[in-house]
Amino acid sequence: MTFFGWLTIFLFVGLLTLFAIPLGRYMAAVYTGGHTIFDRFFGVPERLLYRVLRVDPTKGQDWKAYAKSLIIFSLAGWLLLYFILRTQTLWDFTGLNPQHFHSGPWNVTFNTTSSFMTNTNWQYYGGETTMSYFSQMAGLTVQNWLSAGIGIVVAVALVRGIVSRSGTSLGNFWQDLIRTILYVLMPLTVVYALVLVFQGSIQNFASYLTVHGITGLSQTIGMGPVASQEAIKLLGTNGGGFFNTNSAHPFENPTAFTNFLEMLSVLIIPAALVFMYGRMSGNRRQGYAIYSTMMIMFLGAVIVCYIAEAHGSPAQHAAGLHTGAIAGSAGGNLEGKEQRFGIAGSSLYDVVTTVTSCGAVNSAIESFTGIGGAVPFANLSASEVIFGGVGTGLYSILLYVLLAVFIGGLMVGRTPEYLGKKIEAREIKLVSLGILITPLAALFCTALATASKAGRASIDTAIAHGPQAFSETFYAYLSQANNNGSAFAGYTGFIQPNAGSLGSHGVTFADLLGGFDMTFARYAPILFALAVAGALAGKRVSPAGLGTMRTDNPTFVVLLIGVIILVGALTFFPALLLGPIVQGLTGHLY
Amino acid sequence: MKRDIITSAIGILVLTLLLGIGYPLVITGVSQVAFPGNANGQKVYVDGKLVGSKIIGQAFADPVVKNGKVQMSDGNPVTTPDPRYFQTRPSGTTPADNAAGTAFANYGPNSVVTEQAIAANIQAYIALDKAPGGTPYYPGGLTAAKIPVDAADTSASGIDPDISIANADIQAYRIAAVRHLSLSTVHRMIATYTAGRGLGFSGEPGVDVLELNLALNRLSGGR
Repeated sequence: MTFFGWLTIFLFVGLLTLFAIPLGRYMAAVYTGGHTIFDRFFGVPERLLYRVLRVDPTKGQDWKAYAKSLIIFSLAGWLLLYFILRTQTLWDFTGLNPQHFHSGPWNVTFNTTSSFMTNTNWQYYGGETTMSYFSQMAGLTVQNWLSAGIGIVVAVALVRGIVSRSGTSLGNFWQDLIRTILYVLMPLTVVYALVLVFQGSIQNFASYLTVHGITGLSQTIGMGPVASQEAIKLLGTNGGGFFNTNSAHPFENPTAFTNFLEMLSVLIIPAALVFMYGRMSGNRRQGYAIYSTMMIMFLGAVIVCYIAEAHGSPAQHAAGLHTGAIAGSAGGNLEGKEQRFGIAGSSLYDVVTTVTSCGAVNSAIESFTGIGGAVPFANLSASEVIFGGVGTGLYSILLYVLLAVFIGGLMVGRTPEYLGKKIEAREIKLVSLGILITPLAALFCTALATASKAGRASIDTAIAHGPQAFSETFYAYLSQANNNGSAFAGYTGFIQPNAGSLGSHGVTFADLLGGFDMTFARYAPILFALAVAGALAGKRVSPAGLGTMRTDNPTFVVLLIGVIILVGALTFFPALLLGPIVQGLTGHLY
Repeated sequence: MKRDIITSAIGILVLTLLLGIGYPLVITGVSQVAFPGNANGQKVYVDGKLVGSKIIGQAFADPVVKNGKVQMSDGNPVTTPDPRYFQTRPSGTTPADNAAGTAFANYGPNSVVTEQAIAANIQAYIALDKAPGGTPYYPGGLTAAKIPVDAADTSASGIDPDISIANADIQAYRIAAVRHLSLSTVHRMIATYTAGRGLGFSGEPGVDVLELNLALNRLSGGR
């Protein structure tokens, strides 16, 4: 561990909070019809889009209508993406497939399409060896925007349900989606993409470069419109890399400065949404309480991960390496990590992207130490409520808040209330289902994949066996269920013997199971969250009395953290013991 | 229902045009005008020939020739590190430093395979430090414990352009001897091509191997 490592971590936390507060204020204005500085700029395109899409933005929707629009629009997105990816060579006329890549096998496409629609961005495909520029832009990038937008609008709808005093309306899905894209994502993304190019990311449509190195060896270098995809990939907590090695690739993440910026860009919207919630609920302290909960759990994860990675791995020690810091090298477990990011920049990136549902990686998680690798497991086991994905984080933690209020109410023997609204049997049933459905999907799929021969086909037994092989499998379905997308990348659903996809084949079982895992665990919680919003909307608000349990003080923060850890531990501990914890507790090699 | 389907169908097409075609085209246009060097990959030319990208690692190795034929393995030439050049980090791609098909090595922390891979990297590093007679360039010789982790651990991208300063300082002894340069000259060049931490605190300093090797060639000749 180094001084600069710790400095990076604490500066990161400080700057994140500093930027998230004003963005939260701005977003509250966007979703409550307030005036914003972009009104004059986006007002015209906004109204034009309403007219082209034939929607009446003033027409409110109850939760069922809101959910119906959301599901049908997602389905339309799925169909178009699947079509684009299946017909990759059909679009060669655009000149955006200079390497003449063929479409991947249908099962891999099924997985990829589900993956991008659900904001997961699980990658069984290799970016620079199978995807044309057209597929990356018109296919994958579009879903990066839309899946992020859909996550955010669900959170906004739930917040409206919690705070609304009358009626059943949660707002208008189309208006929310278009305003999210234009007013929230667009300004941030455009500026950010250009900053990335300024720092060294590439942005072109050229064919791959062939270079002749100074010793006479030749090297081919992948090109493409990288920065534009990278920007929305991170801001939308998507995570699907333009290149196979994602944000470890120097063209996606060229410097230690961009690495820092990328981490900020992943967390900025999830953090701002919490402050936005405080404003929209009329009591900013509600936002601060949730922010504190998230930040405490986040810092815990970062500290454990950094210490474990700086210590080095048993394999390094067995080979005789000295892993302490020396002059000119910070030491640590640099296996699968880049020199320019170092241990701190890789550990922090890993935690940032696994607490959110951002599958971006700047290092190989499979090569993290047992304890360092248990941290992403723990983050995923907390069901993406520590900041979480854009929107998904806020609506998921609000479900946990309601659960904590319910448990707190039982403890003091009063009818539980949240912001003056009674939490009754119907709400609690929906909340419980919403919380338990993701772990259920993750564990069911892991069990199925571990127990079946078809599932074990995804494991490369040449490099992974024992607990490592189980970790790979478990992480794959846990990550897909949580719509995260990061991977213990040894687990595969795609065998690609050469660049260009010719002769490649998918591992059908892993592709299909993963695709269903992602889709089910994305849309079921969304429906439950919207149903909760519908149940709460228009409920009578009773004034706070002396006996009202407060939800904006440190006691509640402790209770909330307890509930999150309890639910995560009860559901996942047995499975975690078999994989990462076993590896973390032993220096043994196998 | 019908309304939603019509709106969704129009919506997905319009938004694809806006976000999937319009947005990347605008970013490409602005980037190509404002930052053409970066946007096209920071190409490095020597005598008009493209030799690499400044931020993409490459192998500084020579093909192994036996009986006048380049040895091949799985369609890729077998190579041996060139002692005249600083060496980049171990790579998990096939072939090494493949910038058109990047991949993680995915070595687990408690795996025998990982230990063997690291041990092999250590052996190769020590072997390269030996002069033809067998004497080490590094004073007192290298042992596993003296080797910085970045020289033995696989990089993430497989095309890491940088090595640590400690790694460069060890290789400096070999470079100075092979190229008949003074050690202080080599150290000065390492310092020139070392990038500091981002914003002064983020990440680790790294030495850009391609730039350093090209500077060496300018100073004491290529082949």
